[in-house]
Amino acid sequence: MRFADLFDFAWQVLRGSVTRTLLILLAMGIGVAAVVLVTSLGEGARLYVSNQFGSLGTNLIIVLPGRSETSGAMPGVLIGKTPRDLTLDDAMALKRSYAVRRLAPLIVGTGDVHAGARVRETPVLGSTAELMDIRHMEIAQGNFLPQGDPRHSQPVCIIGAKVANELFGSRSVLGEWVRIGDRRFRVIGIMAKQGQSLGFNTDEIVIVPLAAAQALFNTEALFRVLVEAKSREQIADARSDVEEILRLRHEGERDVTVITQDAVLATFDRILRALTLTVGSIAAISLAVAGILIMNVMLIAVAQRRGEIGLLKALGATGRQIRMVFFTEAVMLGIGGAAAGLAVGELGRSLAAQMYPTIPFQVPWWALLAAPATAVITAVLFTLAPARRAARLDPVQALSRR
Amino acid sequence: MIRLTGIERTFAVGDEMVHALRGVSLELAQGEYVSIMGPSGSGKSTLLNVIGLLDRPNAGTYELDGRDVTGLSDDELARVRREKMGFVFQFFHLVPRLSAEQNIELPMVLAGIAPAERRTRLDRLLTDYGLADRARHRPEQLSGGQCQRVAIARAMSMGPHVILADEPTGNLDRHTGQEVMAVLERLHQGGGTLVLVTHDPEIGSRAHRRLRMTDGAIVADEPSSQFKPGLPPESPANRPPGSRGAAA
Repeated sequence: MRFADLFDFAWQVLRGSVTRTLLILLAMGIGVAAVVLVTSLGEGARLYVSNQFGSLGTNLIIVLPGRSETSGAMPGVLIGKTPRDLTLDDAMALKRSYAVRRLAPLIVGTGDVHAGARVRETPVLGSTAELMDIRHMEIAQGNFLPQGDPRHSQPVCIIGAKVANELFGSRSVLGEWVRIGDRRFRVIGIMAKQGQSLGFNTDEIVIVPLAAAQALFNTEALFRVLVEAKSREQIADARSDVEEILRLRHEGERDVTVITQDAVLATFDRILRALTLTVGSIAAISLAVAGILIMNVMLIAVAQRRGEIGLLKALGATGRQIRMVFFTEAVMLGIGGAAAGLAVGELGRSLAAQMYPTIPFQVPWWALLAAPATAVITAVLFTLAPARRAARLDPVQALSRR
Repeated sequence: MIRLTGIERTFAVGDEMVHALRGVSLELAQGEYVSIMGPSGSGKSTLLNVIGLLDRPNAGTYELDGRDVTGLSDDELARVRREKMGFVFQFFHLVPRLSAEQNIELPMVLAGIAPAERRTRLDRLLTDYGLADRARHRPEQLSGGQCQRVAIARAMSMGPHVILADEPTGNLDRHTGQEVMAVLERLHQGGGTLVLVTHDPEIGSRAHRRLRMTDGAIVADEPSSQFKPGLPPESPANRPPGSRGAAA
């Protein structure tokens, strides 16, 4: 029997009982739509979290002085024992690793920032021009720190939007001078509002060149070195390079802690993926229910079409052909249901996306494949028994019972 | 050429075993026109089904064109049926959702014949059986005679060697029945073997060879000239219990 004929035959059957066909399509469609919707919610949550982490910087490796005995994500807890200082030379040495794209040494302190008669105490960050790219910072006005040798500094600073407002009110800020401690800095840029990230509110900080911060706080020791690997795949290489370079520079002692945000992100990723998979499987149960409906309908069809099956056998249909007739019908129902379900699921997804624009609702690719595949496989699986029964009908008996 | 030897067919009806065929032996030459008559439950339909390879005997051998087909698998039997047998039933057995031409085409579809070739044969069959203007009608839109002509055209679509008709006129009025018989006999004149099961002595007497069955055995096998129409039917009391179901 040719495929086109099988298709045609099944099509006639499906068209012949429209209500039955529509009901099965509905059941299948609901199952597929449920899988698509639920997994897109889960995937949306996963992407949302991952984007939030991404705003810290991509492929980020954080180096801090001191060796922590336990690993964890809380930077404050990680400083253990008496650390050897992490110096600017240490930081510059890390550039030798081929896996490192760029790095930014970081010094953090607190200072009184004066502008005219106004004073405000703010966190002061000392760093280099690379910080902006590594941390994905955005400048609302002006420029970020200039490129150049980090050992020498120009008297310039970038201030947060809130600091600018409190010190200067609505006046134009760029080009104004502020005093921190006993040094004067010209404001060359204002940070865009980005909110909290890595422990600082960028609206409320002042960034100065690294050398200036070293002088200001009278220290050579770095608070952190932020390292960006060339790619996600090279994070592991970069990490081991960083550890090795610093071990050699520190006379063989492993006295720094290296954190990759990847590890944290991966954990979240795993949790949310598992969650998506779980709820997706629960939704898939509805597909199984649809499958049972198909089986029921097919069994009824075999009973109702006994005469027809007997006739087909009398006309020379083999058992395989009879089975194929039923399977083709089931596959068509499965595909139809899957298509309807994908359409409804997509509709629901775009509705959800409109209601919560911040969450990137996305159907994961595996759900797009798995849901229709499950629909078709369920349809075929639950047709096995009815099709077998049909193929085994005794033609004489099937024909005689009208 | 069909040769049946010692064919037995028993059915279990409830707890009882019903002998539908008791050691039937029969030879049919190519091109014969045979009728099988007998009371209900005498096994004539069962014999027809065995000849048509639709039913398997419990014992005995079946030789078709010199080949022993007794032990063939179900699927092999299906292929032989497709190639060599054409069935015509009392209740037509048309697929109600398919049009007349789709019904006629079914055996060719099952045999996997290409659509172009099917179309050619279909057009010829539709013309031959006077169904050209009814090709796209569904069975419910056709008269009984037209339905049976569709069924005959279907049986003929694969060019079978043997036509097996089980009460082909049983569901038709007398006039239409005569028409259908004329069609069937025209097939026989074309060289095919025609085996006919009927209750109607008038229809049965048209055959060249007449078999009479009682209780699962052939009790008379005569050329039509020696046949005496109007033999008294078996009294119902003599029938084996449950045999009605066995021969249905």
